[in-house]
Amino acid sequence: MPANLFDSFPLRPARVHEVCGPGASSFAAILAAQGAGPVLWVRPGWSAEMLTPQGLSPFFDPSRLLIAEAPSPTDALAVTEEALRDGAVPLVVTEITKPLDLRQGRRLQLAAKSGGSTGLCLIPEGMGSNAAETRWRAAPRLASEEEADSTALRWEIIKNKSGTLGTWDVLWTDTAHRLHVVSPVAERPGSACASG
Amino acid sequence: MWFPRLPSDRVLRARPVEAPFALVQTQANAERLFCLNPRAEAEGLHRGMALADARVYCPALLTAPADPGRDGRFLAALRRWATRYCPWVGIDGADGLVLDVTGATHLHGGEAMMLADMRARAARSGLALRLGLADSRGGAWALARFGEGVAPAGEPLAALGPLPVAALRLEPEMVTALQRLGLRTIGDLAASPRPPVNRRFGPALLARLDQALGAMPEPVTPTAEPPHYGIRLSLPEPIGLTEDVMAGTERLLERLCARLLAQETGARVLELSLRRVDGGAARVELRLASPMREAGRILPLFRRGVEAAEAGFGIDQLRLEAVVVEDLPVQQLGGPVAARGAAPEGPALADLVTRIGTRIGLENIRRLLPADSHIPERAFLVAPAAFSAPATGGWPSPRPRPLRLFPPEPIAAQGPRPPRRFRWRALQLATARATGPERIAPEWWLPDDAWRHGTRDYWHIETREGRRLWLFHTPQAPGWFVHGEFP
Repeated sequence: MPANLFDSFPLRPARVHEVCGPGASSFAAILAAQGAGPVLWVRPGWSAEMLTPQGLSPFFDPSRLLIAEAPSPTDALAVTEEALRDGAVPLVVTEITKPLDLRQGRRLQLAAKSGGSTGLCLIPEGMGSNAAETRWRAAPRLASEEEADSTALRWEIIKNKSGTLGTWDVLWTDTAHRLHVVSPVAERPGSACASG
Repeated sequence: MWFPRLPSDRVLRARPVEAPFALVQTQANAERLFCLNPRAEAEGLHRGMALADARVYCPALLTAPADPGRDGRFLAALRRWATRYCPWVGIDGADGLVLDVTGATHLHGGEAMMLADMRARAARSGLALRLGLADSRGGAWALARFGEGVAPAGEPLAALGPLPVAALRLEPEMVTALQRLGLRTIGDLAASPRPPVNRRFGPALLARLDQALGAMPEPVTPTAEPPHYGIRLSLPEPIGLTEDVMAGTERLLERLCARLLAQETGARVLELSLRRVDGGAARVELRLASPMREAGRILPLFRRGVEAAEAGFGIDQLRLEAVVVEDLPVQQLGGPVAARGAAPEGPALADLVTRIGTRIGLENIRRLLPADSHIPERAFLVAPAAFSAPATGGWPSPRPRPLRLFPPEPIAAQGPRPPRRFRWRALQLATARATGPERIAPEWWLPDDAWRHGTRDYWHIETREGRRLWLFHTPQAPGWFVHGEFP
């Protein structure tokens, strides 16, 4: 019996989750599309990459977005903790650039619990903290011919504190603003040890 | 009250000199004397003289540039000082004050005592002062400038009669014309028959005469006190605990917010000065994401700054000032509240932005606004969230745009068609589908170094590995670059 994506997504509120992989930004954008209200996106201020509203608008209204540019990784974590504890913003997305240790992850988790906001850390591969509720790996995949006008992605849960692991091929339809599961992907021999 | 040498007195108060001194102002491309001290006048110099001439007469002359703006502020400060004599004080011209002392003289022991007190105080602070006291504003003006004195109540002509007609605040041409007719003093003019004077000079002259003699009323317009948003709390014993400072701040905030509410303004920047026993001071600045006047909301925002402040041997005075205030009209609650001003998403979000802003700087919290440009990097603006309202319109984009843009990263490829295989960020990628080209020309009217290679042909590349990239080719200077990544 393959696991159901919608048991784990949208992510459990008042917890901090993690996502890695090249599709992490679109994962965050699709998560933002599931809710309403402002979204705080904490970014490293020294990065030359830009989020574009034209790229975000297929997912959610970019006027909901507030971008906090933190001058240092410590400030980024402090801003995230402050926002999670406050609870005024239902979704706080943070781009992590330094490996999180257990203490930092735990502090974010406690802040999310007290404020009731959902936290999502976009982590480079392998820089997560054990305190995270779930960890996902998101990557774009090559769309088949009939999926060509949608965004084709592969999502994989690689850590889940309160549920099962699984891998899904999903499709985000821009016009309908909906997420479809194309097919649950069977466990491949190679992915079994990766999900551990 | 007339300060005949206000500008030079102001400068000399700060830096006294024992020599002929003048302030110089550039008028019509020539430097002319603007204001002189008595020593310079004794040397035979006068106002309006060219500086070069003055130097010839008096080689020892010291000069400084005139600053009418600061003179104006100095006069405004003198106006505040003059409210010690009566509450009804107005500014008269560039160097005069007019006080309506009706009913206030007995507080200072009578008119003579009050004038003596004014003179003594002005002399002590190094200001030349000439006083005139009369029943009417015009009469006092004339006396102050053309022969100091007090006009006896009820019979102004006794004191004003011998004064020249120039004391009636007339145009210079009219003064000359009157003198030609032999009307040299106010007494002469008052004694002459009114209808011919009226025909000859118009009603303005007689109106001035009546104002000076008190026959025509002329009100004193007091300048309104600008609202002052500073409040101080002095403590009998120094304090040092954060909780104590916060309690003091709370008391100040309540009073300040009541004042802000009365003026229908909200504070944007607040400054809390904590004066220490040893004379030093710690400053806590709070920049708010939206104008606010609710003490209960502002107080928690101060905590972080107060905790970081150094108490030293103790704090014995707190001073809270709203440095920047903005209009914040009282809004009706419950109705359809029009979204005006910044951060209308709600007070909770504005508070959060303020708190984050105290840590990373308020201008580092941004929002995206649409902009009208076909250049991908300029198709949106990044504006500080605290000073802009969220965008209300749509986000037009004729074609899909990448989610992330980065500075163009060159890849090794040739030819106008997208490469079948390429390496990017240490990844070996193979093109599965390519959509394009979309040609974007630089905005030649805006210089941009990034677009110096000219026109770009953009391709939406889907790779077999899954990554969807935005590549462009520059035909004018052949090369391939990766500019962004699609979701």
